[in-house]
Amino acid sequence: MENNVVLTMRGISMTFPGVKALDNVDFTLRKGEIHALMGENGAGKSTLIKCLTGINDFEAGEIRVDGVEGTVKNHSTQDAQSVGISTVYQEVNLCPNLSVAENLYIGREPMTAFHTIDRKTMMKKADELVKRLDIKVDVTQNLENYSLAIQQMIAIARASDMDCKVLILDEPTSSLDDGEVEKLFKVMNQLKEEGVGIIFVTHFLEQVYAVCDRITVLRNGTLVGEYPIADLPRVKLVAAMMGKDFDDLASIKPEGFEAQKDTPMEIEARGLSHKGTIKPFDLDIRKGEVIGLTGLLGSGRSELARSIYGADRAQTGTLKVAGKEAKISQPLDAMNLGMGLLPDDRKAEGIIGDLSVRENIILAMQAKRGMFRQLSRAKQEEIADEYIRLLQIKTATRETPIKQLSGGNQQKAILARWLATDPDFLILDEPTRGIDIGTKTEIQKLIIQLSQQGKSIMFISSEIEEMLRTCNRMAVLRDGAKVGELEGELTQERVMAAIAGGADNEK
Amino acid sequence: MKSKKLTQNPLFLPLVCVLLVLAVNAVYDLSQGKAFYEFFITVINDQGLLTGRLVTILNRGSEVAILAIGMTLVVSASAGTDISVGSVMSLCASFCCMLVAGFGVSSVDDVAIPRLLLGLLGALVMGCICGAFNGTLVAYLNIQPMVATLILWSAARAIGLLLCNNLIVYVRTDAYGVFGGYIGFLPTPILIAAVCIAVVSLVLKKTAMGMYIQSVGINKKASRIAGLNSKRIIFMCYLLCGLCAGIAGIVASSRITSADSNNIGLNMELDAILAVALGGNSLGGGKFNLAGSIIGAYTIQAITTTMYNLGVSSAVAPVFKAVVVIVIVVIQAPPVKNWVRKHTAARPAAGKEAAHA
Amino acid sequence: MKPANAVKGRKQMNGNTLLLIITIVLFVILYAGGCIVYGSKGFTNLQTFLNILISNAGLICVACGMTCVMLTGGIDISVGSLVALDCMLLAYGMGKWHMSAPVMCLIVLAVGLIFGLVQGFCVGYLEIQPFIVSMAGMFFARGMTAVISTDQLSITQDTNAAFYSWANWRLNLPFGGVLNRKGVLIMPYIRVGVIISLLVLIVIFLVLRYTKFGRSLYAVGGSEQSAAMMGLNVKKTKMKAYILSSFLCSIGGICYCLNTQAASVSQATGLEMSAIASAVIGGTLLTGGVGNVIGTLFGVLINGTIASIVQFNGKLASSWPNILTAALLCFFIVLQSVFAFLKEKKK
Repeated sequence: MENNVVLTMRGISMTFPGVKALDNVDFTLRKGEIHALMGENGAGKSTLIKCLTGINDFEAGEIRVDGVEGTVKNHSTQDAQSVGISTVYQEVNLCPNLSVAENLYIGREPMTAFHTIDRKTMMKKADELVKRLDIKVDVTQNLENYSLAIQQMIAIARASDMDCKVLILDEPTSSLDDGEVEKLFKVMNQLKEEGVGIIFVTHFLEQVYAVCDRITVLRNGTLVGEYPIADLPRVKLVAAMMGKDFDDLASIKPEGFEAQKDTPMEIEARGLSHKGTIKPFDLDIRKGEVIGLTGLLGSGRSELARSIYGADRAQTGTLKVAGKEAKISQPLDAMNLGMGLLPDDRKAEGIIGDLSVRENIILAMQAKRGMFRQLSRAKQEEIADEYIRLLQIKTATRETPIKQLSGGNQQKAILARWLATDPDFLILDEPTRGIDIGTKTEIQKLIIQLSQQGKSIMFISSEIEEMLRTCNRMAVLRDGAKVGELEGELTQERVMAAIAGGADNEK
Repeated sequence: MKSKKLTQNPLFLPLVCVLLVLAVNAVYDLSQGKAFYEFFITVINDQGLLTGRLVTILNRGSEVAILAIGMTLVVSASAGTDISVGSVMSLCASFCCMLVAGFGVSSVDDVAIPRLLLGLLGALVMGCICGAFNGTLVAYLNIQPMVATLILWSAARAIGLLLCNNLIVYVRTDAYGVFGGYIGFLPTPILIAAVCIAVVSLVLKKTAMGMYIQSVGINKKASRIAGLNSKRIIFMCYLLCGLCAGIAGIVASSRITSADSNNIGLNMELDAILAVALGGNSLGGGKFNLAGSIIGAYTIQAITTTMYNLGVSSAVAPVFKAVVVIVIVVIQAPPVKNWVRKHTAARPAAGKEAAHA
Repeated sequence: MKPANAVKGRKQMNGNTLLLIITIVLFVILYAGGCIVYGSKGFTNLQTFLNILISNAGLICVACGMTCVMLTGGIDISVGSLVALDCMLLAYGMGKWHMSAPVMCLIVLAVGLIFGLVQGFCVGYLEIQPFIVSMAGMFFARGMTAVISTDQLSITQDTNAAFYSWANWRLNLPFGGVLNRKGVLIMPYIRVGVIISLLVLIVIFLVLRYTKFGRSLYAVGGSEQSAAMMGLNVKKTKMKAYILSSFLCSIGGICYCLNTQAASVSQATGLEMSAIASAVIGGTLLTGGVGNVIGTLFGVLINGTIASIVQFNGKLASSWPNILTAALLCFFIVLQSVFAFLKEKKK
């Protein structure tokens, strides 16, 4: 161990049923540094953090914390706290209905001789604490009166006050605006100067380069490498995360057909936005075109799609569908205009777990017909069987509850749900996430087939390769805004450069 | 393996309860020196009416069965219960009698049929209004179902009293009494309950309502993405529940040919909720089984009747029902389920190992 | 502390404080209205106000307990039945078993503790919906009352002299006397129940504000997950809340019995409703985390004033207080919902 190292993790491995979530990962954190932990979805960032904070039990490897004898194995967040590891999550884990001071000290309030809370001392200590970190709040006010950024900072203040050597910030900036992020960085730098080691997990590249000293990149549960910030320019970072060595990338030409310029428009969006998730954007999609939305996770890919579909009602802008002005206030409106959305969170927004595969497949079709025009049972079975055969959904029977199916087969069933409605415009948000390679290829093929039938597809995926293989055009998103479109020859270099953005590409 | 399949059948719990009740009855009959099948004896008595213990239970259980229909849908769609049904029953009965007798009149002996129909219609409309009120609070204002229905639970009975000018209004006419009496030899309430059950079953079968409700109850977000109007569906369930309460109120009031605001539908909400739970439906919403609820409703009536036979007073009966409710929800509680799973999962594995050795 | 609070009161004009202000204004208007309309009948007497306190002493205790439970985001609708059970236990125990009054009071309090323990365990550790648990509790307690006796019992001088003397003890206030028609100065008085209930109110106020347990209630109601993350024992806190509620309910039952000196199966029906309404009207959020017993006191006073006005009128049907309370409850629930919606939208 070097002198100034506060935390080392060596050879951490951990398996979830069927998946190797972490494979022999090393991580080192030094005193007074801000260390970014980067990686795309499923890279193992949060698993690694959870091993550190005691939420997950790792199988192999060891953790050492400065000042603690021997190896450390935490079993709860309380354990982690006792060895000086504190965590602040994306969702503020504080009580909005209590005062700032109480949030700072709850569970460890200063007490009077009568075993009552010494509010005076508590307020004084809280005031000193926020002053030290230069957070401008009145500690007697309720937390809910302050912005998310302040709340986030209070959470950090709480964590840092508990004799903290290692501070983990898990996506703290996801819901903050630029000014707020700036304030947060000030607090982080203050703590850094006090010698706290900070692990910063984020998806925002700009922010990494703004505050971090070092970057550790994970991919598919393995360590890609640890780099000082100066040695890893943006494009290289993206390449490291995406799993492509930037220098010897072989360009893959997109298959399928080129969209003709005279093909009629299916979707014309002008200035659509949803407050807090996606800034106003324009987007045109031609009939029979496959458009890819690319950008890092949290860049607003899903949100853009959802605002078109009405899952999150767009607050500004206009939308034309097939040339006609359309008003979409709820998903059913979009469905009646021939749209469909396969959401990225399959479990929360896709499947209806306790219902059978049959019911899950015919649900959207039934919804379009209305409640009183029920599809006959025979017809339902026919449709369900057809799609089970067509998409090769592996299920015991068509009456099996969908929650008993594997992830890939659930995804196919949801896909079947939308195909059954015969949509003109289908949005597929991460349709291939968490499913096996075979199914992935099938879905890619299906997308190309559908586009050949004249359907427009919006395809969102974290894997650039499959987007290159299927998309005619790509829209690039960064930090909640659409920053450009890529047409013509799509190559990995171009896409990655666009995702990474950076000074040359800015404005 | 076979026993596992049996316990997974949705009708397992209600059927076990029925068997239990029958067993208690048989023991009771035997101890009284009667045949163990006494329970099932059904005869047409001198007045040409169908009588017997089973008939009594089916007859008396009609209101609970009707309420159970609405309650099942409400529980399924919103994962909450409508605790106002008993009070709404009373309100509907009062409103009906008030319309028939006129405000402030305490007793009428002779009523024109149109006026009677007006009263009945009024009761149903009142039920719907109450249901709509609950539905609006729950579906559109996002208030917890039980808190929202608490308002009418307390107020409906009082409003009923007000409508009746604090009197017990009697409508002493056969045309009104028929709903709680007999048509031919058959008790009318049985018929009304049967019709309600048939209509709702038919609607569930012929429209996609059942799937909509379950879908919303299981996963509200996913249902919305798939194009269902979750709020409207929840609202509709409450509306239907109110209507059911209205029908039940008419039956209950017709039995005594009066509107006794303080006693009609008293503690009925507990019976209805219990019926749903006994029917094997999770009070956490989602999949439902109407047949189970109906069996549950009659089971509860059988329990009640049996308790009365055993000399338990009507005031004490809630003690037992409350215990049954708690036992059922404790069995359904996630921590208990997890605990059971942990302890039963270890056993077959151990058994297998033993077999191998 | 004082200056800090002053700042808080001035700056924090959010929905919750607004609700409390609406409540207080409503009380003042109601009471003033009563004074204007029924002033000639003696509504303006201090005693009228004290009578509201006297007849609602039990409700104040019960509502304090309810507030604690509601702070955690739960609800306890068993309170009315539990009060009936307590009264019945007291009356029957003293009348039929000839137990002494203090012993019976201790028994009643013990019953409250056990009752709360069972309910709290079901809610906290078994994670069953509070409504279902307390509804079962409600029917159980009501039924048990009937198990003890279905008669109308009353507590007289003969039943238990000690209890009877407690019940009829009065504390004359040194001010606010009125001359009656014969010209005798009658001093206003309060009864022992009022003293108990106000003590309970003060203790609970202090507990909620100055103890770890009190603040945990708020934390759990504010965000269960956060409370757990900050190292609080959520399950235990919830269980304690229900124990406290049932215990306070038993104290309330004793106060109630001191006031009515009677017991019957149908006693205190709808008390749970008044308690919930008082808490909600007093600014306690149904979703938990916000509220205090001072607001609840005003809720109770509003309830009592309505009942009092109806009583002074003499012509209004007895069901009016019930309906008005429910209407007020509805109004405040909808108001809470609207505020919550606006807050959400602002974000």
